[in-house]
Amino acid sequence: MTEKELNPNIDRSQKVIFIRGLKKAFDDNVILRGVDMDLYKGENLVVLGRSGTGKSVLIKIISGLLTADAGEVNVLGEDVCCITPKEMDKLRLKIGFSFQNSALYDSMTVKENLEFPLVRHAKDMTQAERDKLIDVVLEAVGLRNAINQMPSELSGGQRKRIGIARTLILRPDIMLYDEPTAGLDPITCIEINNLINEVQRRFNTSSIIITHDLTCARAVGDRLVMLLDGEFKREGTFEEVFATDDERVQAFYNYNFSE
Amino acid sequence: MDQSNNKTENSTRTRSHLISRRVDRIFLEIHRVFAFNVRFFKEVFFPPYEFKEIIKQCYEVGVRSLPLISITGFIIGIVFTNQSRPSLQDFGATSLLPALISVAIIRAIGPLVTAIIAAGRVGSSIGAELGSMRVTEQIDAMEVSATNPFKFLVVSRVLATTFMIPALTMYTTLVSLLGGYLNVHQVEQTTIVTFFNQVFDAITFLDIIAASVKSVLFGYTIGMVGCYKGFYSSKGTEGVGKAANTSVVTAMFLLFIEELLVMQVINAIRGM
Repeated sequence: MTEKELNPNIDRSQKVIFIRGLKKAFDDNVILRGVDMDLYKGENLVVLGRSGTGKSVLIKIISGLLTADAGEVNVLGEDVCCITPKEMDKLRLKIGFSFQNSALYDSMTVKENLEFPLVRHAKDMTQAERDKLIDVVLEAVGLRNAINQMPSELSGGQRKRIGIARTLILRPDIMLYDEPTAGLDPITCIEINNLINEVQRRFNTSSIIITHDLTCARAVGDRLVMLLDGEFKREGTFEEVFATDDERVQAFYNYNFSE
Repeated sequence: MDQSNNKTENSTRTRSHLISRRVDRIFLEIHRVFAFNVRFFKEVFFPPYEFKEIIKQCYEVGVRSLPLISITGFIIGIVFTNQSRPSLQDFGATSLLPALISVAIIRAIGPLVTAIIAAGRVGSSIGAELGSMRVTEQIDAMEVSATNPFKFLVVSRVLATTFMIPALTMYTTLVSLLGGYLNVHQVEQTTIVTFFNQVFDAITFLDIIAASVKSVLFGYTIGMVGCYKGFYSSKGTEGVGKAANTSVVTAMFLLFIEELLVMQVINAIRGM
């Protein structure tokens, strides 16, 4: 299992996301019970946890898809709980969200998928400039030749890459990855892990990676946190997170490597 | 004895709790439908306008429905004429056939048949498309890329159905009248000029206005129901199927109610 090298670009004096006392429940089902979290500039933060523990809920709150019941969620200096929809839209341009199932627009080609945000948010750009930018991001994800294909013609790994390319096209400051390696074969998982690191290095992004895949967590995470009972119970490097006698943490580790 | 009393009390409490939750859900649904309609009127007038998407949807709703509408409309014209003839023959009034066809097709059959076909073809497709976009998080993806999914998906589709159903209604009416003419010409040897003279003599300006108002209302209803069911479809493949199915059922139910209401209003105006 490859471990990530120390990242010199992390700026620990600058927090891009700052969360305190975040609570969220769906009817009687309490998901987050008071989450505190910081994401530093240039850092890859991995959020680990079992299915249904609220990992995806956390990044959906950060991106404004869900609203928090209580607590403070500050993203790039804006409190997402209190800003207007217009301000939220402005903030969203600085956040890239890579969905678990890629969420590519089925009725559009790869090029149209990538053009979709540009047409709406970079109106002063000429078609030639758009084409150049599309070429740059497609080259970054290694799928230049897929430009005219429909999403249904792509494999799972390729769809993930195009999904990442679509979020990169507006040059976000923050990347949110929801289960980037879910449902992929081991080789493609390694390629996606490398791509996440490459994106961090090349585009200088700060990222939150939601996963329960420990190989991915170890390969991409500068810091890891583990969500247990609606709170972050463990935090640190890969070794620090799993250096505990807590049965639930050990079970999570053993299950991953006995698969 | 006490135990059985407790059991009865508990089951009554559970039942009343269930009923109250169901009533709550009905009122919440009414509120959501109302808010969805209000949001449409709020968003339709303010930029950005998704012209490209509106034109694409107009093509999907209008042009792509033409083959089905043409065949159905033509057959309805022939069948209706053929089935009406014996009744008129009993009174020796087959010369009134063009007038009867005209009134029936322009006032009711044209708009209603077009709307029913569109509800089946377009309404279900909108419901399924938006439902599948909801399930596969494509609507969320639009939202996080700071694009208003309501404007891009809902406003464009509702506008397309509202514009195109009246156009399709005119087309269906014309094709049905042609079907009727062919049948009348074959049996009674009526010329096309005589036929259409009688057709236009039988209808009034109010009939045309009523048919136009109805088809605009039908178009809005089909688009709105399809979008609403798809936009709020529950997660999973079952949700997509349900969205497509309920889009058609609900739209058809509303179309008949609207037909009845508009007919009452027009009759009242005619009686003035």
